Amino acid sequence: MLRELYQEMIIDHGKNPRNFGELNEANFKQVGHNPLCGDKLVVYVHAENERIQAVRFKGEGCAISMASASLMTELLEGKSLQEAQHLFEQFHLLVTGGVTTDDLGKLAIFAGVAEFPVRVKCATLAWHTIMAAIQRDKEIVSTE
Amino acid sequence: MLDKALAINALKLREDFPILKQHNRGNPLVYLDSAASTQKPLAVINAISDFYLTDYANIHRGIYELSERSTSRYELARKSVQMFIRAKEANEIIFTSGTTAAINLIAHSLSEYGQWQAGDEVILSVAEHHSNLVPWLLLKERIGIILKYIPMHDTGELDIDAYKQLFSARTKLVALSHASNVLGTLNPIEKFSEIAHSHRVPILVDGAQVVPHMPVNVQDLDCDFYVFSAHKFYGPTGIGALYAKKNWIEQLPPHHGGGGMIETVSLDQVTFVKGPTRFEAGTPDIAGAIGFAAAIDYLNKVGMQNVFAHETALLDYAEAQLLQIPNLKIIGTHKPKVGVISFVIEDIHPHDLGTVLDHEGIAVRAGHHCAMPLMTRFGVPATVRLSFGIYNTHADVDACVAAIQLAKRIFS
Repeated sequence: MLRELYQEMIIDHGKNPRNFGELNEANFKQVGHNPLCGDKLVVYVHAENERIQAVRFKGEGCAISMASASLMTELLEGKSLQEAQHLFEQFHLLVTGGVTTDDLGKLAIFAGVAEFPVRVKCATLAWHTIMAAIQRDKEIVSTE
Repeated sequence: MLDKALAINALKLREDFPILKQHNRGNPLVYLDSAASTQKPLAVINAISDFYLTDYANIHRGIYELSERSTSRYELARKSVQMFIRAKEANEIIFTSGTTAAINLIAHSLSEYGQWQAGDEVILSVAEHHSNLVPWLLLKERIGIILKYIPMHDTGELDIDAYKQLFSARTKLVALSHASNVLGTLNPIEKFSEIAHSHRVPILVDGAQVVPHMPVNVQDLDCDFYVFSAHKFYGPTGIGALYAKKNWIEQLPPHHGGGGMIETVSLDQVTFVKGPTRFEAGTPDIAGAIGFAAAIDYLNKVGMQNVFAHETALLDYAEAQLLQIPNLKIIGTHKPKVGVISFVIEDIHPHDLGTVLDHEGIAVRAGHHCAMPLMTRFGVPATVRLSFGIYNTHADVDACVAAIQLAKRIFS
């Protein structure tokens, strides 16, 4: 069970997150923070004509939260805002119920989170944050 | 496997705690979270259910035999608490619903008695548990008192010289923990009391994390108030004690009003009883008090000096094992300590570590431990905390260390 949660890819992305850093051309930006956990990140999105051109993030936190953010940025690059919303819903079903779909690609490895309900908020923080950014929601996001 | 020679026979004591026999995530439970709450021995569980089976009735009110027996047992429990912390009189012990309730009671009653106003000061430390922080923050919001904080050295020792400088003509109270629930470091309360009293300022001491671990003598500590909870020393939840020196019991106004603490009530007036019951409005947790007394009896049989020796041996053993793990840092090294260790590991977030340990059956706490300012002081978002109880053994430490090594392998 532990191996299912902490798979090599998650450890790797947790330690060496991809698309890590600020984005000067960002026209959407939002902060996500779980104060009880200590997970904190900022998501930057550059979107044009309803399509995500680039997405990056900066932050610090547990391996689950950082790996989730990293893999999310890889998946969402090039997707439309509508597709991003759809994938967010699918990811949520994945980490709460273990329901996998082909659309999620590499993110299917997060199915293991469903066995550790306490960590769902870590896995979903980046996703809630990017949705808030795209929807221009003013409040800092928390999944606690 | 024969356990190493210890001041108490923990392996035998474990038989009194059937809950420890279970599995946690498919592995034998290793319970190392007694600082959060302790497990209860059969003697306490049985005392509570036996009480409900034979001696239960409402107290202080009835004139029938059953009620007399119930009242007598409740008052005997008060006496047990008095003797356990070596207070002068049983009338200096107020039963509350716990440490947090006791501190809130003092915050209300003392500020009312002293007519505290905006600009009056309370001295705390940066290491306080939220239960000895939030009541004072609430007073700060409500009436504008100023909070001053005793700083802490990197070792976990409070800076007593800085403490002396914090006093002013407006200081109304010092409120301080006897030991840090995160670091385990013991504060020399006798010294802190002496300094407070030299400024004619009373001192409240949060003893929740010390009473389960060593003998306590509130007269030696010379504090004005001492508070602790039963659930942290092998007793039930929902009950605790507030020790207050007799003059405070006599002078402080009640906070909660209701039955059991009044002498006379008319439509427009009320007079109150004297003594600790003035602060015990309503039907108290009677069975809880009985459980409280049973826990005291149980601990007295084990011997608090033996408990301290046992947990110190475990603490020393655990420290030695943990310090062999590369990139592991123990937060708060100053001795003496109660059996609590907080640590961080570079490159492994406390929550990831906590999850691996959980998976291996190890129950520890990973988080801010209700001490967010202390986390900020040491620059960490959270720590992993091991804490010992009378039922822990060297084997428990070994299991925990093995799980930490597993986590290191997973994250390398």
